[in-house]
Amino acid sequence: MFEYAPAPESRAVVDLKPSYGLFVDGEFVEPADGGTIKSINPASEEVLAEVAEAGPADVDRAVRAARRAYDEVWGPMPGRDRAKYLFRIARIIQERARELAVLESLDNGKPIRESRDVDVPLVAAHFFYYAGWADKLGHAGFGPDPRPLGVAGQVIPWNFPLLMLAWKIAPALAAGNTVVLKPAETTPLSALLFAEICQQADLPPGVVNILTGAGETGRALVEHDGIDKVAFTGSTEVGRQIARSVAGTRKKLTLELGGKAANIVFDDAPVDQAVEGIVNGIFFNQGHVCCAGSRLLVQESVYDEVLASLKRRMARLRVGDPLDKNTDIGAINSAAQLDRIRTLAEIGSSEGAERWSPPCELPDRGFWFAPTVFTGVSQAHRIAREEIFGPVLSVLTFRTPAEAVEKANNTPYGLSAGIWTDKGSRILWMADRLRAGVVWANTFNKFDPTSPFGGFKESGYGREGGRQGLEAYLDV
Amino acid sequence: MSDSTGRVAVRKTYKLFIGGKFPRSESGRSYPVQNSNVALASRKDVRDAVLAARAAVKGWSGATAYNRGQILYRVAEMLEGRRDQFVGLGVPDDEVDEAIDRWVWYAGWADKLTQVYGNANPVAGPYFNLSAPEPTGVVGVLAPAEPALLGLVSVLAPAIVTGNTVVVLVAEASPLPAITLSEVLATSDLPGGVVNLLTGRPAETASWLAGHMDVNALDLTGVADPELAAEWERAAAGNLKRVLRPAAGPVDWSADPGVGRMTAFLETKTVWHPKGV
Repeated sequence: MFEYAPAPESRAVVDLKPSYGLFVDGEFVEPADGGTIKSINPASEEVLAEVAEAGPADVDRAVRAARRAYDEVWGPMPGRDRAKYLFRIARIIQERARELAVLESLDNGKPIRESRDVDVPLVAAHFFYYAGWADKLGHAGFGPDPRPLGVAGQVIPWNFPLLMLAWKIAPALAAGNTVVLKPAETTPLSALLFAEICQQADLPPGVVNILTGAGETGRALVEHDGIDKVAFTGSTEVGRQIARSVAGTRKKLTLELGGKAANIVFDDAPVDQAVEGIVNGIFFNQGHVCCAGSRLLVQESVYDEVLASLKRRMARLRVGDPLDKNTDIGAINSAAQLDRIRTLAEIGSSEGAERWSPPCELPDRGFWFAPTVFTGVSQAHRIAREEIFGPVLSVLTFRTPAEAVEKANNTPYGLSAGIWTDKGSRILWMADRLRAGVVWANTFNKFDPTSPFGGFKESGYGREGGRQGLEAYLDV
Repeated sequence: MSDSTGRVAVRKTYKLFIGGKFPRSESGRSYPVQNSNVALASRKDVRDAVLAARAAVKGWSGATAYNRGQILYRVAEMLEGRRDQFVGLGVPDDEVDEAIDRWVWYAGWADKLTQVYGNANPVAGPYFNLSAPEPTGVVGVLAPAEPALLGLVSVLAPAIVTGNTVVVLVAEASPLPAITLSEVLATSDLPGGVVNLLTGRPAETASWLAGHMDVNALDLTGVADPELAAEWERAAAGNLKRVLRPAAGPVDWSADPGVGRMTAFLETKTVWHPKGV
């Protein structure tokens, strides 16, 4: 293995304040009851900043600001002008890209290579894409003059903090809604920087409101009578609670929830490409990806070859400082998530699967988990059924395409799936039968603002991205 | 009973429609409607119907759109031929006309919806990327009580034309046109299990359908009581069913139906593949 000299990205580009208020009606304000949360760097456990914890009074204030902005400014504004604000935001994101990337890696623990090359460019692209829709909604296939819903309450997860914000805010604003968004408890900082970007873009006050806080803040937002739309990305369990809480209301709901994607490798697949896809599928973003390819299904005839190659490749993954440009796997986002990964991995061993990780030196401070593969996994094992949301791959085998489909679909989830084969007709045959919202054939974990993303079954409903992503924010 | 010639008429037994067959309720219960005893479906009948609907998903969703369109058109043909039966049950003539025409309208959508609601996506990279709608799976439907025939057809046809299969809880007050419609469906080349119709009291059986873990979506259109609609929507959250809520106001069933009842029970699937030599 090569020795690499450390190549850390400079933190100097990020100017963190010791504490942040809530972003309501265009200004940073103190929370009504003064509660705070510390946001820490998961790679070092140092406190990065204190943020406010919004309570019900703050939620109410933000929703009223959003309603006023909807009624008086954003709703009546011509689409072409809404578009220009969104284009402005996209441009400022591009201009401040490095600052956003470094901040995202600091707060989330993801490698700078990913925040710099994947997250932030996709964020800018998402705003750019939806900006263009704002004055073309009548051509989107939802009737000649589709109307916005009003005020959207949006709750996002910690795995792609800024990208999930973009997926929520860009289509909502393009369609003419105003928003109150709650970032995740452990990763609030890039959303607060985004609030500054809204100020810099002269976005009218109240169009975007950012409330930091934990689960209770999210609950207060989702249950608030003054919102017309709930959009949530996160766990299936919380998704269920939200679906129950909006029952009987007129709130429109879209949910992007968990997954347990099958990544299916046939015996005619180019092994090196497939192994790169397997590694990207499960170790991208430390496996904190709802569409991660966490169940590898390998055709029996190439099992030994694929596993040997996969282990060789895993031994070359570099785990460590998220700000180092050579890092492949960064820090686990929180102590709580690390606990969950450890618990499920231990269950994997105790249920009889065989655990393997490459020799891997982990830093002393912070939250870390070595890339891990389980072999000898059966469909009944919890590590084959439950979303681990970490760098842990469960390997199963199959003999026929029909068996691969059967096993791939044997899950309550249905977010994504991968197929690796050289045979075109087989790709299309498989793609027809896989019950998943996104099917990657001979690739994995690709995202684009023009491409709809979202699940079947218990992975949620509604789509984000593409023309279809507008529907979530239109009264259609 | 005898007709004017003195002949004793053969009466019809009104039964359930499950898996293409006409069983009585396993509970052995019935309730009287318009001088007939109508099957009073039970929780077990709901479960049997869901099993039948699930078993039919693979074949029906895998059938070609052309084939599904022809079968829906065949339903219109059969309904036209049996229109007198519906009129005899008290369905107004013009409602029968509209119900027939509605089957024709939806039949034509079968091979067009993917074109209208699917699309290629110009992603920023060398990838083929295509999004297309697919059926959600098994849809539980609470049919409206009125208009008995047109209301039922208007919720049934859009759910199945795209490849879903359905379990319909027919409104308690007006089951006879529904059962007669199931006889139309049974003679229209519609595969058994695609449509399952349960008569009885939705207030008794709907919670089992709403909470059933092998049902993918729930259409609450026929629920008049907002409390019950909310209760069943909550039950549907158990496995994150797609829920179509009752309309906020009265529905004009004669109006252009639009596409909303089809798109409510569709999933968008997006397929990526690299381009290269």
